Amino acid sequence: MRLANLLVDGVSLGLVYALISIGFVVIFRGTRTPNFAHGSMLVLGTYLIAVLHARVGFAAAVAIGVAGAAVFGFAVNRLAMVPTRNAGTDVRGIITIGLNVVLTAELTRRLGADILTSGDPWGDATLHAGGLAVPVSRLAALAVSALIIAGFVLANRYTMMGLSARATAEDPETASLVGARLRRVSDWAWILGAALAAVAGLFLIAYPSPGLVAGTGDIAILAFPAAVIGGLDSVGGAVAGGLLVGLSQALVSGYQDRLAFLGQGFDTVAPWVLMVLVLLWRPHGLFGKRPLYRI
Amino acid sequence: MTYLSRSPAVRRGAGIALALVAAVLPLFASDFWTQLVLYSAAAAVGALGLTVLVGLSGQLSLAHGFFLAIGAYGYAYLGPGTGSPDTASLGLPGPLAAVLAVAAAGVAGLVFSPVAARVRGIYLGLASLALIMVGRQVLADARPVTGGAYGRDVPVLDLFGFHFADQGPYLYVLGVPFGAYDRLWYVVLALLAACYWFVRNVLRSRVGRGLRTVRDSEAAAAAAGVDVQRYKALAFVLSSVYAGLAGVLLGLLFQHVVPEYFGLTLSVQYLAMIVIGGMGSLPGAVAGAFAVTGIPLLLGQYGGALPFVSSSGSGGLDSGVVAQYLFGALIVVILVIKSHRRVSA
Repeated sequence: MRLANLLVDGVSLGLVYALISIGFVVIFRGTRTPNFAHGSMLVLGTYLIAVLHARVGFAAAVAIGVAGAAVFGFAVNRLAMVPTRNAGTDVRGIITIGLNVVLTAELTRRLGADILTSGDPWGDATLHAGGLAVPVSRLAALAVSALIIAGFVLANRYTMMGLSARATAEDPETASLVGARLRRVSDWAWILGAALAAVAGLFLIAYPSPGLVAGTGDIAILAFPAAVIGGLDSVGGAVAGGLLVGLSQALVSGYQDRLAFLGQGFDTVAPWVLMVLVLLWRPHGLFGKRPLYRI
Repeated sequence: MTYLSRSPAVRRGAGIALALVAAVLPLFASDFWTQLVLYSAAAAVGALGLTVLVGLSGQLSLAHGFFLAIGAYGYAYLGPGTGSPDTASLGLPGPLAAVLAVAAAGVAGLVFSPVAARVRGIYLGLASLALIMVGRQVLADARPVTGGAYGRDVPVLDLFGFHFADQGPYLYVLGVPFGAYDRLWYVVLALLAACYWFVRNVLRSRVGRGLRTVRDSEAAAAAAGVDVQRYKALAFVLSSVYAGLAGVLLGLLFQHVVPEYFGLTLSVQYLAMIVIGGMGSLPGAVAGAFAVTGIPLLLGQYGGALPFVSSSGSGGLDSGVVAQYLFGALIVVILVIKSHRRVSA
């Protein structure tokens, strides 16, 4: 029974990580940029929701938070990423590290020691079925991530933008020769990635988490191992990676008594260890695209 | 046209002048400036290592803080005891402990290098994050070695009976008391100069050319007979040895180290150093180390004179936050401008 409960816990937590890392992967696929500022962009969107919901209501606050994050993502692309489009992946990654430093400093200063809630309609409601307990917020996360993933699959297959994005992910130069607009593809990658970060943040701070705190960005950083385990350019891989990260955390913290030799709080480290093991086995993640040559 | 600064005689003269100024500076500078230069010089050793790894061999690493921690805690644990009952010490002589601690950091780099050799590009940057996360856990758990969250004292360096601390034999030079920082001054600066000289020569050799080829194209390097995996591992070990030495020096300067210091923020600071100075440039790494270490100290000391900076806790922007804005903005602006130019050129 303990195992069943832990598995349910892990999967429901993993869904939230999956949602965060989908946004990370969308940006990486579209622009070859690892967005190290993803955690602080998540906090930015969630902060807007948490500050505004009392004044304008939950739905409007979510709309503003998601839109705010999206505008921020768009601005990042136009101001920092488009001008450096010929630079390497590492350099662009380091630029987002710089962004992350500034944004984190500002948001941490604003949050201080506060704990903000999003005013979501689920509250601490929990479903009980056959001895298993699932918070309603996690069910909402499941529904939303299913919708988002379905939307991605459909948009990828049936819209011109999706086709451009897929072509760009394969080979930017050739794609632009046959009419994909690289700047528009990267615009949308950043807009969607940032918007997804805000949506994921909403579920990350929902019950059973206490709310939005200055350290929320440090939890969101677990989207990195999730994305890496799945392979950085695979949306499906991000979901798998998120679930594995959630499961590894839930199982390690659930069986803490038997894993005492690893020290206290090993559950925060387990996803990282899992990531290194996966990388040693498959250096480009479980579903990532492998290069054509081998050295 | 030859630039004046490229003439060997001028460069040698400038080097000698710099050495002379450095030799007498602690006699005149105030404690604040002595410490600022010392912290920066110790950080510069670490930055030199990181710029070899990231700038010259093209492997992004966010784990530099972890290797610094191994150096600092390695020295504190192996060295002579501090008499504190909460933390253990092996009681080896100081210089031996320092050498072993640096070696330990190198071994840690060697242990991680299979990952570095197998995992490429941005996957490596993300994989190196794991070292920081695991390191944080280990530092918190290994209480006898690290002292847990409150940290531990770092023993004083003792070279053939001469203590690098505010203790006997008391020294006065030209009537000025010659304290711990003045004594460490010569150790730190001499080591920085030696490290700089060594890495400069490495980069001018066959190894340096090999590393640059690996950075530009692994396929081309392999075709030209460079053992790619071995060179990447070598860069990783060299950089972690430098980080370990920086850790030992910082430990000696701080005299007390807490695990929290060696987190992701520290790694990002070292990244900022090499970016601000220009990635892959050795003088740039040293200059970047002085900028990134010096700016927060200067803001803390003189920030009160700036209109928008207030002391921490009074509601305004405190100097720590302002320093964060500056680093972050500098990283973004410098890289955007530089990469932009490369396109239009």
